[in-house]
This record gives sequence, structure tokens and C-alpha cells, in this order.
Amino acid sequence: MMEQVTALGQNGLHTIRQFGKAGALLFRVMCYVPNFRKGFPLVLQQIYAEGVLSLLIILVSGLFIGMVVALQGYHTLAKFGASAELGPLVALSVARELGPVVTALLFAGRACSALTAEIGLMKATDQLASMEMMAVDPLRRVISPRLWAGFISMPLLTLIFNAVAIYGAYLVGVKWLGLDTGAFWSNMQSSVDFHADILNGIYKSIIFGLVITWIALHQGQDAVPTSAGIASATTRTVVHSSLAILGLDFVLTAMMIGGW
Amino acid sequence: MNNLVEINQLHFERQGRIIFDGIDIQIPRGKVTAIMGPSGSGKTTLLRLIGGQLAPSKGRILVDGQDVHRLNARELYTLRKRMGLLFQTGGLFTHLNVFENVAFPLREHTHLSESMLRNLVLIKLQMVGLRGARHLMPSELSGGMARRVALARAIVLDPALIMYDEPLSGQDPITMGILLKLIRLLNDHFNLTTIIVSHDVQETFSIADYAYVIADGRLIGQGQPMDINQDTSKQVQQFIHGLPDGPVPFHYPACSFDQDLLKGINE
Amino acid sequence: MLSQRTIETSVGLFLLAAMLALAILAFKVSGLTSFFQPEGYNVTAQFDDIGQLKVRGPVKIGGVLIGEVSQITLDPTTYRAIVTMRINSKVTDIPSDSSASILTAGLLGDNYIAITPMYSDHYLTNGSVIQETHSAMILEKLIGQFLFKIGNMGNEQQENHS
Repeated sequence: MMEQVTALGQNGLHTIRQFGKAGALLFRVMCYVPNFRKGFPLVLQQIYAEGVLSLLIILVSGLFIGMVVALQGYHTLAKFGASAELGPLVALSVARELGPVVTALLFAGRACSALTAEIGLMKATDQLASMEMMAVDPLRRVISPRLWAGFISMPLLTLIFNAVAIYGAYLVGVKWLGLDTGAFWSNMQSSVDFHADILNGIYKSIIFGLVITWIALHQGQDAVPTSAGIASATTRTVVHSSLAILGLDFVLTAMMIGGW
Repeated sequence: MNNLVEINQLHFERQGRIIFDGIDIQIPRGKVTAIMGPSGSGKTTLLRLIGGQLAPSKGRILVDGQDVHRLNARELYTLRKRMGLLFQTGGLFTHLNVFENVAFPLREHTHLSESMLRNLVLIKLQMVGLRGARHLMPSELSGGMARRVALARAIVLDPALIMYDEPLSGQDPITMGILLKLIRLLNDHFNLTTIIVSHDVQETFSIADYAYVIADGRLIGQGQPMDINQDTSKQVQQFIHGLPDGPVPFHYPACSFDQDLLKGINE
Repeated sequence: MLSQRTIETSVGLFLLAAMLALAILAFKVSGLTSFFQPEGYNVTAQFDDIGQLKVRGPVKIGGVLIGEVSQITLDPTTYRAIVTMRINSKVTDIPSDSSASILTAGLLGDNYIAITPMYSDHYLTNGSVIQETHSAMILEKLIGQFLFKIGNMGNEQQENHS
């Protein structure tokens, strides 16, 4: 019994220490004033690696999610004779929740796991240590551009996801199920508020982007430099990021609905 | 000052284990000094301590008169520009080709024109014999070639001190010969100070001017290679001549063999 | 490693796609007509009961949106609700004796303010107060009144028969 309590205490202390390290990492990255001339191409490269290369999965997922929500929604709304509300249903679901959350989950699985693996590997093959010994700060050269890139890419990907999902819903609702185009769009426009729905979704995605990229970079930097260590760090990134997304989503939604 | 690096009374502990227990080492300028010892004696850790990546529990390390661990971040980085460290794994950047790897320190720390940079990189690559391989990616290089590229990168800023971490381990005889020749050549040609950490005794002795032998966190022998070869200490003898049994026992501690066999019947 | 040129181009295209998506979302999906708060003037009205009316609820004349509710406060002395409406400055000729009622959109929809124009020559300007107001219909009160009436009719019939 006492051993379990001790173990719990040890785990708790370990978790707090991890948070401390992660916090220190974020602090140092944020406080570093970037050298735009040198740093900008690096950030650009990372936006390519994280954002552009994630486009395919975002486009495909967005399309299918929009189509599925429209299909499912139609059948339920039709029972109430409210199938004209399909447009608002999809637009609000996607803009407020599905867009930011699903994009973040996909980003965590694709880009963030790649980030952790890459940084863990750089640590294991002494690339980071070599950089340090060459008097180049790996934080500025490797970690910081990746954090900024994640922070920038996420809202962009979410915007694209939202647009594609709504288009998918349009395809299903209007082209397939035969709803009226004009009614579809005008109902949507009258129910969706730019600031409260679309922008709030984008704010969510910005926060998600920051948090999950931060988690990925911290896990990579903290990984045990063996192949098993990197594998477990990558898994941890995806799990922690996913949980963080869902938890933050609830908190942010509560704050936003509470009316701010 | 005659010694580029001075290590005084170094104590270092990690996770409760004592790695160094009061070590004094002097690295004279312009010479090749070898630091040897069995696996796990902390030789790589020593290089990291000199480079300032780790901090000692007690004692101090002076590089060119400066106490490494009292420097602030900027001074430390300035000092590091004058040191080169070649890691056991090479540490080449996997996303850059050979040319870009060697050019990396130049791009980061100097504002040289492209043509000047290109010339410098080609000169260093020529020295290690890999000028023709400059467009290959690190994944396409053999282990020995990767080490040579890392060497070129380590000297591209013309450092005063260069440290090699197990440069010869796992190499075939030809590559070993090439690396040994390069290490000595670079040291003499550029008037560098070289530290080699290794446990390839005879090969390292062939190019070292002075050697230290470390075991169990202490110095157990030092001197010129031919003097160490004749050192009478049992520990040094076992290490130098590769004797399987001696102060470092062959058998892992266990109870008597007869007892174990007899117990096995009842276990 | 791709050339810097390729990377820059792809990131540029990525950014463009995202901007396009933003434009679609802004104009086609949410019907944003102008990014900035439209120019407007404030008009207030007092109600006994505002029902479910919320800030940003629509203000309409004849079903056409002309503004939105910007603030709802409670008058500490009369205990009536003071509703401040921000009317679009393009709508300049609302007679000053118009009435404001709180209606429900559809059967179960949200509440909104409907302004019924009257005949005065003076118009509402910034800071005007609408005097004639009709509070929201509270369903429970209606049901209560209905039951009361039914109860009364039943009593009258009983009295008539007896």
C-alpha cells in the first residue's frame, strides 16, 4: 500500500518536472527575438513540411466529413420537415467544432508525430549536440522555427478544412439530395455569424496549433535517445496532443458560449 | 601558457554514480594527447565537460586560461567557435548534403561571400579526400566517409582545439589508417591541439605524443606511449595488453560454481 | 531537400488557398457584408418584460433587418428593462412616435424587436427614446390567461344553467 502511494508521489513529481521543462522550453522560444533574415527561410521550410504536406489529408478528410454530416443531418432533419436547415447545421457544426478539432487531431497525428520523431532522431544521432558544440543554438535553429510554423499552419489548415467540408455538404445536400441551392446558402448565411462562429473556430485552432506543436517539440527534445525511446515519445505526443485538444476544446467552447 | 586545457581536481557524478573522482589532466598546446580507458570510464563525458555541455560537481576546467563553467552563454559560444568536437556518430545533419554540412558553421558564423565559402569548403573536403563526394547525402556515405566529412566540418572554422570521441571504433583497417593519418596531419599542419578519446590502444599510441589512462574515475597511468607500455601497474597492463582477466575480472560476481550446479537440482 | 524556390512557391500557394477559404467562409457561408461595424446610431426603449431577447438580437422593420440590440440593462427605479438598439445609419427616417414590440421569429424561434412606424414628421436620431413599447408575450402568462378564461366561461355557463 505504501509503495503505491510512494509511486503515486513519484509520478506526480515527475509530471510536474515535465511540465516545468516544457514551460521553460516555451518561455525560451517565445522570448527569443527572431532574426528575420536568417530565421524566415527556416520558418518557411517548416511551414512547408508541416502545413503544405498535411494538405492532402486535410482536404480529403474535410470533404468526407462535410459529406457525412450533411447526409446524416438530412435524414434526421427531414423527419421534422426541417431539411432546409441543413446548411446551417453543417456550417455551424463544422465552423464551431469539427473544423478546429478534427484538423487539430489530424495535424497531431501527421505533423506533430513527425516533429517528435525528427527531433528525437536529431538528438539520438548527436546532431543537436554537434550544433551546440558549433556554437549554434539548436533552440533557435531547430525548435523555434518549427513552433512558429505549427502556430501559423494550423489556422490556415482549419480554414481550408472548413471551406472544403461545407463544399462537401453542398455536394451532398444540393447535388445529390436535391435541396434548393438558393435556400441552402441563404439559410446558412442568416444563421452563421462571422465573429461568433467562424472567427471563434479560428481562435480555437490557433490555440490548438500552439499547444500541440509545443507538446510535440517538448517530447522530441526530452526523448530517450534510443529507437525505443523515440517510438514511445512519438506515441506520447499523439496521445497527449489528442487529449489536450479535446480538453481545451471544452474549455474554450465554455468560455465562448459564456459570451465574451 | 603552455597548456591549452587544464583540468584540475575534477569530480563528476551522474545519477548517484561517481564518474570522475579527482582527476588532473594537462593538455599541452600543439600536441596530440590521448585519453584512454575501458568502456564506461566516462571518456565521452570528459569531452562534454571540456566543451561546457556538462558541469562538474567539483573542480574546474580551464580552456586557454578561461574557466569554462564560469562563462556566460555568449562567452561560452565564442569559446566553442574555437573548439571542434567530432562525435562518435559523426553528427552530420541528415537533411543537408556533404557540401552543406561542411559549409554550415561558415554560414552561421561568418558573412563570407558564396565563392569564398565554396573555396574554403572545397579546401577542407580536399584535405579529407572527399571533394568528389560533395553532393552526396549523409545516408549515402559509409561510416568512415561520414566521419571524414564530420572532421572536415569540425575544422572548417580553423579551431585551436579539436577533440575526437572514439574516432576509430568500428572502422576497417584502411579507414582507420586514413583517419589516423588525417588526425596527425591536421594537428601538425595547422598547429592544432588534439585530444583523442579512444580505447584502440596501439593505433592511438602510434600518433599520440602523450597519453592518460583513466579507470574507475581515476587516473591510473600517464606518460608518453612507450613509457605507458612499460608501466608496471596491473590495471594499466591489463588494459594496454588486452588481457582478459586481471584487476577487471572476467567473471561477473557470483557464488561458487559447484554450489550453483548442486542447487540447480533442487531449484 | 527541395529547393528554396519550390518551398516558397508551395507555401505561397498554401497561404493563397487559406485566404480563399477565409473569403468563402466570410462571404458565402456567413453572409458578412462588411468587415467593420456599420455606422449607426443608438436608440433606447423601455420594456416591462423582454422575454428571451438577447444582446445582438435583430431589430427589424416589416421583417427587414435594420440594426441590432447593443445593450440590455435594468432601470433601478422603475424596474423596467432598458434596451439600447444600434440602428444602421442608412435608415434615417423612422418616425419618432413609432412603437417597438418584442416578437418571436416563427413559433419557437428567438426574440427580436419589431419597430412599427407611425406618422410623425420628426425622426429618430442618436439618443432618441421610443415611447410606445409592447413587451414580449410570455407563453406561461398566455396559458394562464387562457385557463382563467376557460375557467370563467365554465363558471358563467354553470351560472346560466342553474
